[in-house]
Amino acid sequence: MSDTGGGGSLFAATARDLDNRKKQARYRGVFLGMTLLLILPVFLILAVLISRGGPILSLGFLFTYPSSGMTAGGVFPALLGTIFLVTAALVFSVPLGVAAALYLSEYAADNWLTRLINLAIINLAGVPSIVHALFGVGAFVLFFGFGTSILAASLTLAVMTLPVVIVSTRESLQAVPRAFREASWSMGATRWQTIRHIVLPNSVSGILTGVILEVSRTAGETAPIMFTGAAFFLPFLPQSVYDQTMALSLHLFVISTQVPGVPDALPYGVALLLISIVLIMNSASIALRMVLRSRKKW
Amino acid sequence: MPPLGSLSQDLDRRDFDWYADKLVEILVFAGGFSAIILILGIFFFITREGLGFVFSSLDIVEFFTSPRWRPTSELNATYGAFALMAGTASITGMAMLIAVPFSIGAAVYIAEFAGPRSRETLKVLVELLAAIPSVVWGFIGLTLMNSLIIEVFDVPVGLNILNAGLILGLMAAPIMTTIAEDALKAVPDHYREAAEAMGATKWQVTRRVVIPAAKKGLAAAILLGVGRGFGETMAVLMASGHAINIPGSIFDSVRALTATIAAELGETAVGSEHYRALFTLGIFLFTITFVINLTADIIVRGTRKR
Repeated sequence: MSDTGGGGSLFAATARDLDNRKKQARYRGVFLGMTLLLILPVFLILAVLISRGGPILSLGFLFTYPSSGMTAGGVFPALLGTIFLVTAALVFSVPLGVAAALYLSEYAADNWLTRLINLAIINLAGVPSIVHALFGVGAFVLFFGFGTSILAASLTLAVMTLPVVIVSTRESLQAVPRAFREASWSMGATRWQTIRHIVLPNSVSGILTGVILEVSRTAGETAPIMFTGAAFFLPFLPQSVYDQTMALSLHLFVISTQVPGVPDALPYGVALLLISIVLIMNSASIALRMVLRSRKKW
Repeated sequence: MPPLGSLSQDLDRRDFDWYADKLVEILVFAGGFSAIILILGIFFFITREGLGFVFSSLDIVEFFTSPRWRPTSELNATYGAFALMAGTASITGMAMLIAVPFSIGAAVYIAEFAGPRSRETLKVLVELLAAIPSVVWGFIGLTLMNSLIIEVFDVPVGLNILNAGLILGLMAAPIMTTIAEDALKAVPDHYREAAEAMGATKWQVTRRVVIPAAKKGLAAAILLGVGRGFGETMAVLMASGHAINIPGSIFDSVRALTATIAAELGETAVGSEHYRALFTLGIFLFTITFVINLTADIIVRGTRKR
């Protein structure tokens, strides 16, 4: 028997084993490196935005109007506009999305219609944002006659983010064990009574994580609102849902590409504000999900 | 013996709750069906606005082969989208060159090598990468990447295929990583155990057993990444240089289909030829992404049935 070390024991590592182990360690290192390289930009971007845009962020920046042709001042109308748009989009998409998820999770049979609905949801999520914008223009601005308005823009955003609500809600509904439902049905409860008193209470916080995630997605979108209701600059706040509004995401695009003579720190400040809102929302959603997972009773 | 009528009344249990249940069933069905209505609605409304152009002034050969996109020319407006398609294709290609190896590599690490704790952390970080809005990516391309590329490669303009491709690669990577990781996780553990029992190392198991078994899911991940790349708008608009150009190198500025719509729609009059031409680009984009998503779905469905 060829002795390659280990005192001749049957289980000693052969040269080939050692080579394999070395290869194994090397590949592990390569893949870890790739993963870290992929994640690194998040921190680099944050670091740069904080160092260049951080000094400009203050309460005053949040609560004053842009001035001197948007080369100075704050972002108040844009920040408020983003809040309006996101809120209005939620009003449309959450009820519709939860209803769709309830249908798919609690009612739908495994048939061609359900497959078609699932396919529609996948495609709705995959349609480019600018095509959603064209749809918003064609349908809400022109056909329904809402004009370029908060209403048209938030409806466009709602259609675009609907798949996020549906998918995350369906997941949290399906996480409720089937035995819970069966226990309720066997007591003579109708399907709706079971959903209302058993399924929804046990999944509401899961649905909430999806909604928070949607808020974060909606706040960052630019293309869908460009032509449907967001304006480059408005000297006053919108008075109704039929008015246009400024928005933080479009504001960043405008001051970094369309307005000459903007001091460097200003767009960095707006970018930092936008990314902060989005990352805080995302972290909240992730944290909530983790708390839920650790508390789960079943 | 009681009359038949009262007996059937006794058996009739249609109380308020019964009707409430029926009503809700109808409402949630409407919610589910709305997804189909919306996707058809998108197709209907962009076609409705673009169709006039398709049937009157569209020269199909010019659209697909001519690089001259001159919609605002007074005398002879031409609508050749070839350069725009080349722009979109080159940026997406560049993005995939970066995103495919990195996101598959990351997925392999997260699914096969990482321990449970570091797996959770890495997944959260990938999710945060996905959360960065496209306009912020565009801004990064416009400022940081632009000056970085000018400095490192000593070229006059840093807004080019390389810039937009890098940005787009980073944007597409999270979704590709997530789907690829799901595909690897879906490979049953007894495949791994059988290979490990034969003395294979983790890497050998991954390369010879797990990846071949998950290859359809990995292909779907790549396809969806390509779909992302095709459809991305703001980041590409800001980082690509937005110049109509058939690219000769990665340092050339190009213009993408999506970016063209975003940049020009605001300046066109509703119903004009130019306006309808932009909707035609939208129909083209919609069709391509629809086919990509459909293909990815069919591939994934194939793996699930097995």
